[in-house]
Amino acid sequence: MKSAVIVFPGSNCDRDLAVAIRDVTGTAPDMLWHGETELPANIGLIAVPGGFSYGDYLRSGAMAARSPIMRAIVEAAGRGVPVLGICNGFQILTEAGLLPGALMRNEGLNFVCRDVALTVENSQSTFTARYDKGETVHFPVAHHDGNFTADSETLDRIEGEGRVAFRYAEAVNGSSRAIAGILNDAGNVLGMMPHPERVIEAAHGNSDGRRLFEGLLEAVA
Amino acid sequence: MKTRVYVTLKGGVLDPQGKAIHNALGSLGFTGVNDVRAGKLIELDHDDGVSDADIEAMCKKLLANTVIENFKIERA
Repeated sequence: MKSAVIVFPGSNCDRDLAVAIRDVTGTAPDMLWHGETELPANIGLIAVPGGFSYGDYLRSGAMAARSPIMRAIVEAAGRGVPVLGICNGFQILTEAGLLPGALMRNEGLNFVCRDVALTVENSQSTFTARYDKGETVHFPVAHHDGNFTADSETLDRIEGEGRVAFRYAEAVNGSSRAIAGILNDAGNVLGMMPHPERVIEAAHGNSDGRRLFEGLLEAVA
Repeated sequence: MKTRVYVTLKGGVLDPQGKAIHNALGSLGFTGVNDVRAGKLIELDHDDGVSDADIEAMCKKLLANTVIENFKIERA
């Protein structure tokens, strides 16, 4: 599977994400600098990593969402190419308009860095097909701006359409309706604050994140 | 020529930073403050030819996230 990890100035989870993709799919992703304007041909997965792109200037993800490569990503997403945004990647995808809502400063203002329990809400998507609906998984979070916010009409719509992929099973950051990860309307874009790429093998403490990449491989290959 | 853009959170959006500032004011002994909302002031120094419509487009495309924020343009 041809894939790309997008690298912005200040990304810091790009290598972890590349290792997870390489381990599960057997092929190392292209590391694509944000200043590029084209994606590799026949791309099967675009991964937008965590970190602090542009030092979180203006708003988390705001500057990265306007960088040259994003035009190509928006276009590819429109064609149905799977796009996975984790942590800062989620913030970037909302700022780019690929996902609804916004990620605000955590309630309580603390940077939250620990393993959290999540409930899988949708097991039908490209990203979550290897999970069971209602299953509890444990992924680490590490963020300051993970407090998902949208107007109640938007929240009702994404809930009604089954677009909440993961929900926090404990208090984490004040997110509306405890939302941890959401899908776009076509189901090919997932943004999530927790880090599945940090739990892909037993040595990481658990391997709950591995199935996300396995499901993607199966769907795309 | 200078223009100021004020970016503030929309009314219904909870403001964790404003809330923390409010609490800190209380702990310093200031009373009578009912609410605090924190925002941003962005100053643009630009050519005279930059129109109101241009600045509004800048606000909508980058300076404010209109999902959660309002903006107010004040031309000098």
